[in-house]
Amino acid sequence: MTQLLSPAPSARERGTAAKPADATNTVLLAATIVFLLAASLCVYTAILLVSAAKPGLWTAVLAAVALLLILLGLATAIPLVRGYRAARAGAAALASGDVVSGRRLRFRGANSAWITLGSSLPVSIVSVFVLFLLANNHAVQSTFFDVSFMAKSLGAVSKAFTVNIIIAVIAEVFVLVFGLVIAIARMAPGQAGRPIRWLATTYVDVFRAVPSIIVIYLVGFGLPLANVPILSGMSPMWAAIFALTLTYSAYVAEVYRAGISSIHWSQVSAARSLGLSHGKTLRFVIIPQAFRRVSPPLLNDFIGLQKDTALVTIIGTVDAFTQAKTYASNYFNLSSVTVVAILFILITIPQTRFVDRLLERDEKKQRLQG
Amino acid sequence: MPFLELNNVVKSYGENTVLRGIDLHVDKHEVVCLIGASGCGKSTLLRCVNALESINDGDIRLEDDVVSGEGVDVNALRRKVGIVFQSFNLFPHMSVLGNVTLSPIRVLGVSRADAEEQALALLKRVGLDHKAGAFPDQLSGGQQQRVAIVRALAMNPDVLLLDEITSALDPELVAEVLNIVRDLANDGLTILMATHEMSFAREVSSRVAFLHEGQVLEIGPPEQIFGNPAQERTKEFLKKIIEAGRL
Repeated sequence: MTQLLSPAPSARERGTAAKPADATNTVLLAATIVFLLAASLCVYTAILLVSAAKPGLWTAVLAAVALLLILLGLATAIPLVRGYRAARAGAAALASGDVVSGRRLRFRGANSAWITLGSSLPVSIVSVFVLFLLANNHAVQSTFFDVSFMAKSLGAVSKAFTVNIIIAVIAEVFVLVFGLVIAIARMAPGQAGRPIRWLATTYVDVFRAVPSIIVIYLVGFGLPLANVPILSGMSPMWAAIFALTLTYSAYVAEVYRAGISSIHWSQVSAARSLGLSHGKTLRFVIIPQAFRRVSPPLLNDFIGLQKDTALVTIIGTVDAFTQAKTYASNYFNLSSVTVVAILFILITIPQTRFVDRLLERDEKKQRLQG
Repeated sequence: MPFLELNNVVKSYGENTVLRGIDLHVDKHEVVCLIGASGCGKSTLLRCVNALESINDGDIRLEDDVVSGEGVDVNALRRKVGIVFQSFNLFPHMSVLGNVTLSPIRVLGVSRADAEEQALALLKRVGLDHKAGAFPDQLSGGQQQRVAIVRALAMNPDVLLLDEITSALDPELVAEVLNIVRDLANDGLTILMATHEMSFAREVSSRVAFLHEGQVLEIGPPEQIFGNPAQERTKEFLKKIIEAGRL
């Protein structure tokens, strides 16, 4: 059995030099080459970075960034060195006949080499990104990441960003309710329910097909133009809320429906057998269970809705994007728009992490139940 | 006049006819056991009595009132006819107490305090009053099934349908559930149960019905069905059961 797992003893028995016949050396070699490439890329980038800096405070900041980059690049050497050490010790152990610890050390050596390979890739990508910023006499950096301009626009853009948040939150509340209404309508029972099912299905089909920017445009400009009673008097912000509610209710209705139909029919049997009507069965038994199950996809749709609030700029709602565009066209610099992007990232990442947590929790629960 | 009557009940799913003219009468306070191979229609029959399935022909009567077909208030019927399922089907998002009190509160309009008092009394009877606050996934299979029985009893049904209620249980948990059924039978509750527990059927039932391919092939007191069956099919079925060591 030992011989099957490791050819080393048989080599020794044959009297040849004990040369471990595994892939560790190859992996170490590959890791060394990749490390050298990544590290030299880092150093090259760092040199460019420092030489591009204007004198003053910026030199210090950029020198710090360059130093960090070089440190990152060199840090990948740590597992590599460890790997070489372990591999050498492993070879020695094999040569002395200790097959088990030899194999273990060789494995550790190869594993360390893989860690170097794995961390070289992100380090190189960071370098390439910095090079991209520096390209054309750091024109990219000054167009997208002009820090002083970003700081200047931050106040007005953040203030306008509250409009995006208000639109998103109000629309989400409406979507939560209206989506459920549509989902229930899509499952209206019996023959009498058929036209209602059709109506709901048509609604979902239409609003999932039409891009939300078009719905916003049609609602924002069309309703006032047609002078529709009540609706035409809406402010641009309410028009945006209305349009996003229309679109996202269709998506959320589908999410609800998937959740409701994922509840096993035996739950319906049990509830109905206790004398609960169709409506009460939905209300007390099915929807509460479905709601728990759909909260992750629901949040995903809400993240989509929040991002789509930036589309309201086309009907003249003054949101963060509109404000940033004004700045951008006045100063011929897009850094204010980058600020909007960063604001969206800041509100979205906690939510996506939360969704991940929810999904993980559900998975754990399901594993526990077998 | 029998309490529950099935007259020539036919049930089919598309091409597949499951019940081919069932005639079965159950008197008040009687315990009738349905036995037969898997797929002979025991579960379907029970689901039809509870109107969870609609029937294609014949009728079902409860106290001489037709309770099958159009125009029947199924929710009213289900208040009188309780059912317990093989797979418990407790509501996983509610505590034991929530499961038991849901329909008394929402269907019968009992106040929450009264419903909880009654539920706790019933739970105490099956030895589970200390689990009132627990959730179904914290209970063993036997405990879940006892809660399911209590949930059906909380509606104060005239007839209790039991659909192979011990088939999904580990062997050591079967007794705790059957003891409750025995208690209920001794109290005079009308019970119609599908079961594979032959010795229990023999002990507790007033009559046993052998179902074969969607028909009641033979019905009679347990001594007759188990001791001296008239039909060849019944003999064959029981022989297999004895070979499996289940009787």
